[in-house]
Amino acid sequence: MSSATCRLTLTINGHVHSLEVPPMRRLSKVLREDLGLRGTKVGCDAGDCGACTVLIDGASVCSCMIPVGRLSGREIITVEGLSEGAALGRLQRAFHHFGAAQCGICTPAMLNAATALLRSNPRPTEDEVLTAIGGVLCRCTGYRKIIEAVVESHRFADEPVTPEAGEAVGARLRRLDGLERVDGTEIYGDDVCPPDCLWVRVIRSPHPHARFTIGDPAPLRTRYPGIAKILTAADVPGINLFSVIPGMEDQPAFAEGMVRYRGEAVAAVVMDTATNEIFDDSHFPLEWEVLPPALTMVQAVAPDAPALHAKRPGNILVRGFVQKGDLDLHWSKAAVTVEGRFDTAFVEHAYIEPEAGYARRVGDTLEIYACTQAPYMDRDSVAAMMALAPEQVRIVPTAVGGGFGGKLDISLQPYVAIAAWTLGRPVRCLYTRQDSMASSTKRHPASITARVGATADGKLTVLEFDGDFNTGAYASWGPTVANRVPVHCSGPYYLPALRARTRAIHTNNPPAGAFRGFGIPQAALAQETLFDELADTLGLDRLEFRRLNAITAGQPTATGQILETSVGMRACFDAIAPRWREAVAAAEIFNRTATDRRRGVGVAGMWYGCGNTSMTNPSTIRVALKHDGSVVLFQGAVDIGQGSNTVITQICADALGVDIGKFSLVYGDTSLTADAGKTSASRQTFVSGRAAQLAGEDLRKKILRHVNAGTEARLSLDGRHLRITDGDATTVLDLENLPRGKDGMVLEGEGTFDPPTGKLDANGQGIPYATYGFGAQMAEVEVDTLLGTVKVLKIVAAHDVGRAINPMLLEGQIEGGVAQGLGLALMEEYVPGRTENLHDYLIPTAGDVPPIETIIIEDAEPLGPFGAKGIGEQALIPTAPAILCAIRHATGITIRQVPATPERIRAAIRAAAGEQS
Amino acid sequence: MRYDHPSTVQEALALLARAPDSVLIAGATDFYPAQGLRPVTRPVIDLSGIDEARTITATADGIRIGALATWTDIAKAALPPAFCCLQLAARQVGAVQIQNVGTIGGNLCNASPAADGVPPLLCLDARVELSSVDGVRVLPLEHFILGNRKTARDPGEIVTAILIPGRAGACASTFLKLGARSSLVISIAMVAVLLEADAAGRVAHAAVAVGACSAVAQRLSALEADLRGHLLSPALAERAMAAHLSPLSPIQDLRGTPEYRLDTALTMIRRGLAEVGGLV
Repeated sequence: MSSATCRLTLTINGHVHSLEVPPMRRLSKVLREDLGLRGTKVGCDAGDCGACTVLIDGASVCSCMIPVGRLSGREIITVEGLSEGAALGRLQRAFHHFGAAQCGICTPAMLNAATALLRSNPRPTEDEVLTAIGGVLCRCTGYRKIIEAVVESHRFADEPVTPEAGEAVGARLRRLDGLERVDGTEIYGDDVCPPDCLWVRVIRSPHPHARFTIGDPAPLRTRYPGIAKILTAADVPGINLFSVIPGMEDQPAFAEGMVRYRGEAVAAVVMDTATNEIFDDSHFPLEWEVLPPALTMVQAVAPDAPALHAKRPGNILVRGFVQKGDLDLHWSKAAVTVEGRFDTAFVEHAYIEPEAGYARRVGDTLEIYACTQAPYMDRDSVAAMMALAPEQVRIVPTAVGGGFGGKLDISLQPYVAIAAWTLGRPVRCLYTRQDSMASSTKRHPASITARVGATADGKLTVLEFDGDFNTGAYASWGPTVANRVPVHCSGPYYLPALRARTRAIHTNNPPAGAFRGFGIPQAALAQETLFDELADTLGLDRLEFRRLNAITAGQPTATGQILETSVGMRACFDAIAPRWREAVAAAEIFNRTATDRRRGVGVAGMWYGCGNTSMTNPSTIRVALKHDGSVVLFQGAVDIGQGSNTVITQICADALGVDIGKFSLVYGDTSLTADAGKTSASRQTFVSGRAAQLAGEDLRKKILRHVNAGTEARLSLDGRHLRITDGDATTVLDLENLPRGKDGMVLEGEGTFDPPTGKLDANGQGIPYATYGFGAQMAEVEVDTLLGTVKVLKIVAAHDVGRAINPMLLEGQIEGGVAQGLGLALMEEYVPGRTENLHDYLIPTAGDVPPIETIIIEDAEPLGPFGAKGIGEQALIPTAPAILCAIRHATGITIRQVPATPERIRAAIRAAAGEQS
Repeated sequence: MRYDHPSTVQEALALLARAPDSVLIAGATDFYPAQGLRPVTRPVIDLSGIDEARTITATADGIRIGALATWTDIAKAALPPAFCCLQLAARQVGAVQIQNVGTIGGNLCNASPAADGVPPLLCLDARVELSSVDGVRVLPLEHFILGNRKTARDPGEIVTAILIPGRAGACASTFLKLGARSSLVISIAMVAVLLEADAAGRVAHAAVAVGACSAVAQRLSALEADLRGHLLSPALAERAMAAHLSPLSPIQDLRGTPEYRLDTALTMIRRGLAEVGGLV
């Protein structure tokens, strides 16, 4: 065959499709674009992530690397085909039952990979499951619930938890939005666009620092007649600057004459689909004058370093500072002192869903459908950039295939917005994996020096902490990191005196922004490692030393805040203690006979403030009774896989006192739901959850008032009839007979909650957060001392969450946080220009994440909904320090640089042994 | 763009003779990542439908592995104990999805320094069968892979089989791969070890190969010579010395320094010898 396309007959999910396509087109693309089977996801187009896994003749394959031309006569199964046949549907139900799908973007692939195994082996062992799913990356779950679902699929009792009215909180409820995540129908950023969209491709800088001029576009247009428009800075109708923090606007949608990092956008090309198939970015006319970059913080703060931003001399974006107590006095009380320097790397969020979405113009309104963690912030940024009123911009978040902080900042929104607005046609954008990794924000690399003292009987006296955070080219969340770290760098311990200084330093790197923990994971590595050294110097058990110093209710924090309630730190350590003693003893026994493998155990504590630092961050939630007897929750909190759609509904249902089964959800659309803030800072359960509780209570009050019932009355809905039982009296309201407001609602409640915080003074003293989550994790590791490899054998995670609204989702957050912490500790290092893919940038695979035992501590927070606090970031923070402390216990070497790659560990072991390396 | 999906070797060779600039693809697991999203402009001959070049068969001289055998085919095949190293490697190429389509012939033709298949095949004294319209020639594997991404394949040739000679004595082998995570990982270093016993339980023949530590994986002939004649036991591990690694010339990249690669290669050789020395 010699034509550009070939006629093919494909058998997919038992259906025969006849189509005319280029034979080398990737199967993944044919499925998604030509056949509309968008349950198959694409994460990398290179076989590195496995998200596109389908079955061909029963074998799992990456559909992104299969030329469609070879598939005549083959049997192809996609996620859409798994629901047919009870046995296979059972696996999907097991995923739903065990909470194996969080964001759900890897779920179709996981299901297919597991199905390939289960067809020949319906009762697999865990090891067999690990092999079968080892080629599918998941960034949310930590894999444990996926493994459980596959192993148990043949025998689990398929019975959903259905709590009575008023008993939803605390129930292991299946995710309310979970079915669409296991049947392939969930709509993510690249699944939402209509068929007639134009495409926009972003042209990026290959240089970290350069001046550029854009050449004559005429030859490009001649070469590609399907180009509809070329966009540059000149096409931005409003302000070509954005920021996530008001007043920090410094990042252009399109660079103007100069780029400050590799991957920065300089232009965009809008084109039709056919052109998008053949367009080669390198044909875009650009002339570069390469300038010397400041790639490291040392280079950036050198006296002769040019300023990245004229308004920020010395390349210092911001400084953070907290000081309390008399340092000299408390140094004089210290019998022992330890100090050290610690370095961390850029870490990539590596959500499996690359940024994607589309925009369209509807009259005078601009609508953007895209994956995001912060719809209202997107709306305001886009409005300023488009010179539109905020009300003219409607942000409709799609399902988000992982975020972790990386989808708080805008990405493709300006490009689709400008293109769709000016052309009057829908325009879509899909980042390649390289686009995503090169342009999106990262975790800040940190250089930390810290010194800490303790008395002879093991009481901490003073900590001095200096941390520099590489914030990259633009502000993003750099100020948040610089301000959060001094507040938290004591760890969850009482210190009479402390001085913490931080700097966020600009370099010619991708902007470092928000990533699960905002700098605290880096700070905890330094602080917890030093605490291990202190305990050893003092001859104290390392857990007991931490327990002794754990902060308790009534003691002041580093900022002088006295927490009166919900300080479950010591309870977390106590919960771990029995496992700790067993594990330490077991490691010692193992090491007596081991030769080149050594085992060790480490523990680390954690605390983390929920919500914005010393800033207002309200959420508003509305709940309404509809005339047909349904309860509609209008909730603007974006569920990025963590489960807020379920958790917030559980809270509201119990506050209202109605069966959660009656609830339906209107979700995250800036034109339909009130602002529930961004999904970040571990705030949605605590802040939006509290608002949902208030909304539920408000609606309940209105119902009770309507029928003059007492506060203890019970509510039940039977069709359109609302039954109110108050003692012996029962009233039945026919909701059809009540006057209807907007959208057919007959009664509604609203709640707003803004956690009470206060400004910090010049010494950083004050009340930065209304509440804190606490936790402790223990890691057991085995180090191969000759290869330098580390196998994490087990993690025990004890977390004080105030109240577990949904224990299953909570475990999911903890397991996923642990997996990311493990990656931070052992393998993840983003190097611009060198690791812009998922085979050079490594995240944990299923076989890397050990069994995780979760212990839930519930020290209720009175401000929180039913006592609840956040968990999203808390879960990640102690993992990496616990692993490093375990490596230290196993080998005697102290790791001061992460990731602790096999090479670095081996080099440290050789150096300690006095060998030449 | 021309695309062909022949079902016989003869058909493929005829197509290639007509268009020698064609891209040959088998599993395509190296092709697509390298191509990225750029359009394919050269003619493509997709070899994946040639079932006659996918079979694994015992011949009078040993084992013939069709070049289009996938790693899954190899892992599942009933093969003599000497092939353990190759089957272990087969289970560690990428992950299951890659093993289900990636082929042994493609792995050799791609000629990556980190190709997992090469050290075991070097230990097995594999030879590469190249076919063209003019006939067939056979090259020892070490004469087929010439450098990083460079092979001795002529433009008109297709690799059709890997030929592995039989061995008279009892054999055992193993494969060790060092990567920074458990699956889907490019090797930092890897080692294959094969030992053949004589009637007295001594090493009649030794083969040790190291991958990802030089542009092309290398056999360590000095070490092999030092192993011959010694009693088979785990103590053979002690015979491997750093000096034996002199044929290697590892590079510095994201995955490791030269020093680390040599250091860990030696450890893996010793572990491989200890394991195989106790097996035969």
